[in-house]
Amino acid sequence: MTPLAAILVRDMRIAIRVGGGALIGVLFFVVVVTLIPFAVGPDLPLLKRIGPAILWLAALLASLLALDRLFSSDHEDGSLDLILMSRAPLELVVLAKGVAHWLTTGLPLIVAAPLVGLLLNLDAPAELTLVVTLLVGTPALTFIGLIGAAIAVTLQRGGLLLAVIVLPLTVPVLIFGVAAANAAVVGPAPFGTPFTILCALTLASLVVGPFAAAAALRQEME
Amino acid sequence: MAIADLANPSRFLTLANRSIPWLGGLTVIVFAYGIDQAMLAPDDYQQGATVKIMFLHVPSAWLGMLGWGLMTVAAFGTLVWRHPLADVAAKAAAPIGAAFTLLCLVTGSLWGRPEWGTYWVWDARLTSELVLFLLYLAVIALWRTVEDPSRAARAAAILTLVGAIDLPIIKFSVDWWNTLHQGASVFRLGGSTIYPTILMPLLVMAVAFTLLFFTLHLAAMRNEILRRRVRTLRLMQANAVS
Amino acid sequence: MRLCAVDLACHRGGRDIFTGLNFAVASGEVLAVTGRNGAGKSSLLRTIVGLIRVGRGKLTLEGGDPELTIAEQAHYLGHQDALKPSLSVAENLRFWAGFLGSEPADIAAALVTVGLDGLADLPSAYLSAGQRRRLSIARLVAVKRPIWLLDEPTSSLDDAAQNRLMALLRSHVAEGGMVVAATHGPIGLGGPKELRLDDMALPSSATAAAEPAVP
Repeated sequence: MTPLAAILVRDMRIAIRVGGGALIGVLFFVVVVTLIPFAVGPDLPLLKRIGPAILWLAALLASLLALDRLFSSDHEDGSLDLILMSRAPLELVVLAKGVAHWLTTGLPLIVAAPLVGLLLNLDAPAELTLVVTLLVGTPALTFIGLIGAAIAVTLQRGGLLLAVIVLPLTVPVLIFGVAAANAAVVGPAPFGTPFTILCALTLASLVVGPFAAAAALRQEME
Repeated sequence: MAIADLANPSRFLTLANRSIPWLGGLTVIVFAYGIDQAMLAPDDYQQGATVKIMFLHVPSAWLGMLGWGLMTVAAFGTLVWRHPLADVAAKAAAPIGAAFTLLCLVTGSLWGRPEWGTYWVWDARLTSELVLFLLYLAVIALWRTVEDPSRAARAAAILTLVGAIDLPIIKFSVDWWNTLHQGASVFRLGGSTIYPTILMPLLVMAVAFTLLFFTLHLAAMRNEILRRRVRTLRLMQANAVS
Repeated sequence: MRLCAVDLACHRGGRDIFTGLNFAVASGEVLAVTGRNGAGKSSLLRTIVGLIRVGRGKLTLEGGDPELTIAEQAHYLGHQDALKPSLSVAENLRFWAGFLGSEPADIAAALVTVGLDGLADLPSAYLSAGQRRRLSIARLVAVKRPIWLLDEPTSSLDDAAQNRLMALLRSHVAEGGMVVAATHGPIGLGGPKELRLDDMALPSSATAAAEPAVP
């Protein structure tokens, strides 16, 4: 097994075992979406109108939720020392960890999204658009989040700092993700343009995220 | 057999092993009769055959609440009486209760689509049922997060009790919302508003569902006891190798 | 193969941990790094594997694989055991073998060597501190690397496990490996070279000569 496959398999195993964060992320996502109608009232047309935005916001918060333990748990038990020493490029190890994290927390959100979408009265075209935008956009959230997780790796209360660091960086993803998702809900808004930009953001974060996170890890671990 | 005897997990296992086949068999028989009755029941003059979803929907709603009730009693058992099987009962009830609550939500949605024109409305009854489901998931998540069962048990018991207080509050607080769901109709002062031709199969189905619940619960408790024994054996194994 | 340090210094947080350090370890040798708490034993090991940047001086490996760094030819056994409690004993070891090694490792044999056979399927959460330490040591057996850098390797090990570790170190050295072990007690190996880090941390003795390198 190559080092990267080993990391991928290990991280996914840990996520789905007892104490892992895989299911808690989905639960958090569902709870956040459920809270919105309590606050804005049970007005179905309104909920339908703001539905994609709510789901995107909830997905953003949920994908950040489990990220703060991504590197700090490896730091606390000494695994990160061995990872830093290793021959495998740190950037690729970080990428593998990001992929494992997305597969165990991002992907379940996308599976759950149409179900919670029903609660917000989204119809079939809106659901489909939403799922496609989330599928394309949530990897960007994870990979941007990696940077924050790496910066906060040695800190005791990294969770809050992580959110403060990462949330502003995710603004472009949120803008274009919601814009594309809204295309099927709000009149004749264009889908192609924001969706293409969303794809570009994801591809860019796929490269920038691991490099920046690896650089941050090297600095933090000095 | 006295209740004190049941406190012994070994005795409980013997009893469970002996009673699960009987309880399971009885469940199958009552279900067969109930489904037969439900099929024979006349269609509603407004809803047509859709009304038959109610034979699944109503019993699963009851059992979703019964599950939390059972967990609440078990929570007292864990925290106050320190009954050794209480947390086993609580842990075993959570996924079953969650499954029935989900069944209730799904059947309700499927019924709502043709009747109300939507899968979901933010109505008082539906919303509190959804919150019940989320609370079930929270308890399950808690059980799954803490590895040591006795530590998880106390945390889950406290969450269960708080949930038991919170559920009625949620239910009443959302009552000011527009209500599409019908009011109480089976058990109410002045008799049921449902025709006996529908009420009878419904009650039979409710009995069948309850039997199913307890069969599953007993089997889940047995599995949980065995799982804990495996865990203890493994801990002993780790000590033995030293 | 020879690991040499010439005038090695380490600065952490604006303070000299050690300065002017000279030593050399060759294949088949054990270097015991001793000294009181805070003398910089752990920092020295972390400097050798590149987890701490070399402050001044030079650290070279003669006769090693020129394609690889020192860290890539070394095993580092730190204070922490680098184990995940939710993974089983075998899964933990298989992960590190897969991550650190290029060829398939004999997991079962490595577990036998540290005396953890029979616990392979047990979640590591159930292990005692000594058992976790041994599982961590199993990594050194499963993946072959010439340089072993051990930080208090005997901590939380009982007598039997310590003897087993000593036997392991002896056979590693006999096969031409080298060991650098930070320890505060006697390492129990017949006549290893010793590097005393005492007095090194005092700022006034920044120029103090370390144990002279043995050629």
